Amino acid sequence: MGFEVLLKGNNMLRLLLGVWTALRISLVSVLISIVLGILIGSIMTLKNPVIKVITRGYLEFIRIMPQMVLLFIVYFGATKALGLNLPAEAASIIVFSLWGTAEMADLVRGALTGIPKIQYESSAALGLTTTQTYTYVIIPQVIRRLIPLSINLITRMIKTTSLIMMIGIVEVLKVGQQIIEANRKSSPNAAFGVYATVFLLYFAVCRPISLLSKRLEKKWEN
Amino acid sequence: MDTQVLISYLPRYVSAFFLTVRIGLIGIALAFLIGIFSAFCIHFKVYILSQVFKGYVELFRNTPLLVQLFFIYFGLPKLGLSISAELCGILGLGLLGGSYMSEAIRSGLEAVSKSQTESASALGMNRGQTFFYVILPEAFTLSVPAIVANVIFLLKETSVFSAISLMDLMFTAKDLIGLYYNTTESLFLLVSFYIVMLLPISIIGSILEKKVRYKMFGAN
Repeated sequence: MGFEVLLKGNNMLRLLLGVWTALRISLVSVLISIVLGILIGSIMTLKNPVIKVITRGYLEFIRIMPQMVLLFIVYFGATKALGLNLPAEAASIIVFSLWGTAEMADLVRGALTGIPKIQYESSAALGLTTTQTYTYVIIPQVIRRLIPLSINLITRMIKTTSLIMMIGIVEVLKVGQQIIEANRKSSPNAAFGVYATVFLLYFAVCRPISLLSKRLEKKWEN
Repeated sequence: MDTQVLISYLPRYVSAFFLTVRIGLIGIALAFLIGIFSAFCIHFKVYILSQVFKGYVELFRNTPLLVQLFFIYFGLPKLGLSISAELCGILGLGLLGGSYMSEAIRSGLEAVSKSQTESASALGMNRGQTFFYVILPEAFTLSVPAIVANVIFLLKETSVFSAISLMDLMFTAKDLIGLYYNTTESLFLLVSFYIVMLLPISIIGSILEKKVRYKMFGAN
């Protein structure tokens, strides 16, 4: 059924290295997204109308555009418009960070505004200062809400990075294609085995992470 | 940007737009059917079927659409299951969407509080009445935000179809850039058409969400 082709030479190893390429890009993007997302998400809770309009516009645009379109805009559009020659990997990290930051910022904003007003009032009634209110009452609750959601963002990021093959990065799907092409004569059914393996590899990577996120969410539910 | 170029490209984008919308809508309708069926099977713990659907939901929620499409379009024909690109797109979107819709509807069903069932039975309703008149309407309102988010997500995912050479918006843009190298115009039209497609849905969705929230919790 085409699985035997994976046992030839170092084909399986190449496939796993392809997974690593996708994972590396998504992990870098997630790290950038979390840092910038917390920053922008906190800024979004300010009541300044100018900041509100700018951040809302950014968020809506990024959320409406398919990630693939964003990838094309940055990889092909920016190259032409600004005349700079961006490597594909840098372009994809920029795009996924832009997207991840928007998603993360919205989560942070939701978590911050979701804290009931009573919490602030009770802290004030107990004589806590503003710094104390934030460090002992608000931030611990926000972090509890955010950790499962950020972990969930990691799986979404990994799934989204499968798109990078479309701008020519050699990741797991592309490696799979190469293996199939190279063994066209000797094992004509390689497409089934290789793509089934890629399918299961993604599942094996994403499933434990989303399970962890679900567990934590349940554990910290109040 | 060259207006002449924009005008000459427009017809190709319009037909690609309609193809994208058509496949998207059929795929989403299929996703709804699969999602409702699967959510009911899981919720009512139907023998064997609930386990099968649980596995299906996990499998499709944890893999990217691009990989699913490659498997369906290039992998399955090797087992003798050959389907056209368009059908493959619809099937892929339906299966991916079905797993997301199933989760949305199931969590809605689970979120209806137990006292509702108990009150309904105290009023003398039988199980069927309880489900159709009490549980289902409440569960549906609870899952509206998730369903709207899924519809937008699925319409965005259609951009992946270009990988199996369906002539959708993304494919058209890529094709035109390759042919004439008018990158700015091609990308501009691409972005505009996606905005035309998704902005109304996004706005309708947020209005719908507000209405639902108002019905459940009153003002604000």
